[in-house]
Amino acid sequence: MKKILIPFVVVAAVGIVLLLYFSTFVVDETEQVVVTRFGKISGKPITTPGLKFKAPIDIANYFPKNLQEWDGTPGQIPTKDKTYIWVDAFARWRINDPVTFFQAVSTLPSATARLDDIIDSATRNYVTSYRLIETVRKSNRSLDTLEKRKEEAKLDSDFSVSTGRKEITQGIMEQASPKLERFGIELVDVKFKRINYVKEVRDSVYDRMIAERRQMAEKYRSEGRGEASEIRGDKERELKRISSEAYQKAQVIKGQADAEALKIYAKAYDRDPEFYSFLKTLDLYENSLDKSNAVVFSTDAEVFKYLKDF
Amino acid sequence: MDTNKTMNWDWEKLQQQQQKRKKPDPGDGGPGGSGPGGGGIPPQMEDLLNKFKGFNFSWLPILVVLIIVLLFFANSMYYTIGIDEVGVIQRFGKYNRTTTSGLHFKWPKGIEKITKVRVKRVYKEEFGFQTLQSTDQGSFTTDKRPYDSANIGESLMLTGDLNVALVPWIVQYKIKSPRDYLFNVRDVHGLLRDMSEAAMRLVVGDRSINEVISSRLEIANEAMSILQKEMDHAETGISIVAVELKKTNVPDPVQPSFNEVNQAIQDKETMIYKAREEYNKAVPAAKGEAKRVIKAAEGYALERVNKAKGDADKFVAVYDEYKMAKDVTKRRLYLETLSKVLPNLGEKYIVDSEQQNFLPLLNLGKGKEGK
Repeated sequence: MKKILIPFVVVAAVGIVLLLYFSTFVVDETEQVVVTRFGKISGKPITTPGLKFKAPIDIANYFPKNLQEWDGTPGQIPTKDKTYIWVDAFARWRINDPVTFFQAVSTLPSATARLDDIIDSATRNYVTSYRLIETVRKSNRSLDTLEKRKEEAKLDSDFSVSTGRKEITQGIMEQASPKLERFGIELVDVKFKRINYVKEVRDSVYDRMIAERRQMAEKYRSEGRGEASEIRGDKERELKRISSEAYQKAQVIKGQADAEALKIYAKAYDRDPEFYSFLKTLDLYENSLDKSNAVVFSTDAEVFKYLKDF
Repeated sequence: MDTNKTMNWDWEKLQQQQQKRKKPDPGDGGPGGSGPGGGGIPPQMEDLLNKFKGFNFSWLPILVVLIIVLLFFANSMYYTIGIDEVGVIQRFGKYNRTTTSGLHFKWPKGIEKITKVRVKRVYKEEFGFQTLQSTDQGSFTTDKRPYDSANIGESLMLTGDLNVALVPWIVQYKIKSPRDYLFNVRDVHGLLRDMSEAAMRLVVGDRSINEVISSRLEIANEAMSILQKEMDHAETGISIVAVELKKTNVPDPVQPSFNEVNQAIQDKETMIYKAREEYNKAVPAAKGEAKRVIKAAEGYALERVNKAKGDADKFVAVYDEYKMAKDVTKRRLYLETLSKVLPNLGEKYIVDSEQQNFLPLLNLGKGKEGK
């Protein structure tokens, strides 16, 4: 009895296990499944995780449920103001309709190819129809630019945006989304990872930056020279002022002293001008006549009058 | 990944079942009826086994297989979680529970799966460093693409005034929600990198080159808040700890001209200081000189007035004397003076007042002998 029973039990057990194995499948948190029977979709897609059942002849087709990333190929795109830039965009998407996805694209690589086509062209459309600044900036906050130029009005319009980066990426998304819906793909967002000038443009931008800085440097130097000159001018003026003021004061002092002296002399000599003149003349004789002088006297002179007439 | 492991386990189970199936087969039609399970064992082993007589060998292989299976299961029924991590348990792929550090038990492989997530650890991502280019593979798949990768550097950015700046930075982050981190986004790391770049460029794109170089903290803070918002929006379960800007700069070719501006500012200061130096050198000295001139004038004034007073006093004194005997004093003064003057004179000629023709005869230049 035993010997007949054992193989039978074993075979039955194996059969049950195999049956269970082929009629269950596990769905991960990050997955969703479309069940097909002979290539035909059977039932609703399974989007909840856990242990699931199916007929042993059915096939479970797994698709990711979580957020996927699409990284675009950087490309050269001219902007509306004819500047060539490299644009590197990326997008996030998910399969929101696994049945449609299974029917329309079925594999991730082919989905990526569709995304490439659609998002790239939408990006190109938007970038080419806006000025570069619209793609770069997101708002109109006032910039602390190198210098407050006089033509500030012009500057503002150069760097002000009417659309901005956020709206542009939003626009790209809105253009691409409906096209991707047909593949069961939901586009969550599109963003610019990198935007840069192409090499040739970059070189000229560098030149511009250098020129801008140079003129700035020259401005500083010239300001320095100007201020230094002003200080030197101050110095000269100050020197002239000081010396002339001193001269003026000195002259006033001297003049007052002279006047004072005159007053004193006049007051004294006014007692007898004749006597003053007599005294002064005697002084003059004493001081001005010496050995070098030859003098001819007339006997009429007072001092010699006795020489003849005595 | 999870399916893969489940498949593995199922395959092993299948093998075991196949073993089970195979082994009774030779027993059935085995020669001599030596018992099921004995057929596959080599002769030497048969001798050995024959020693255990009286024991029913028919259950032995099944027992062995059962023990192996049990051991296999037992091995995957416990796990330890480190101090800085948590374990996320999925039962048949579905999230079941999160366990903290310590020793834990779970259902065996194939039923429950554990993923450990280091939640306390702070991860760091670097952007735009020179060294990173060669080491980090994940985000540099772009390098394989058919374009000059130097054209789009990680740290090269356009500023709001359409200049080019170099902005290297780091992002530090933690896993805030292990469940979100594991299940919501396919490549969280890649997303974080791309989003960091997008956020940083968004912020830098709205700043001028001057602001990029000077107000780095403000930029880092704004980038951090944008990045955190995006990470929350995508339910990545990541919390940004810090965004820090390294030294922001301008590209190499432009660098000298930026330095030149700094140099020019220094030059300007120098020129102004030099001029001030000259000023300070001259003006105080001139002030001193001015004082000297004034003092000298004052000295002149004193001298002049004092002399005048002296002269006047002298005259008054003489005049007072003279007043008393006018004629005699005048005569006396006259003669006194002449007596002082005459001896000192050189040649003296005294001519008679009536002599009319004297002058032509007189040889003034030659005459030495006086009269």
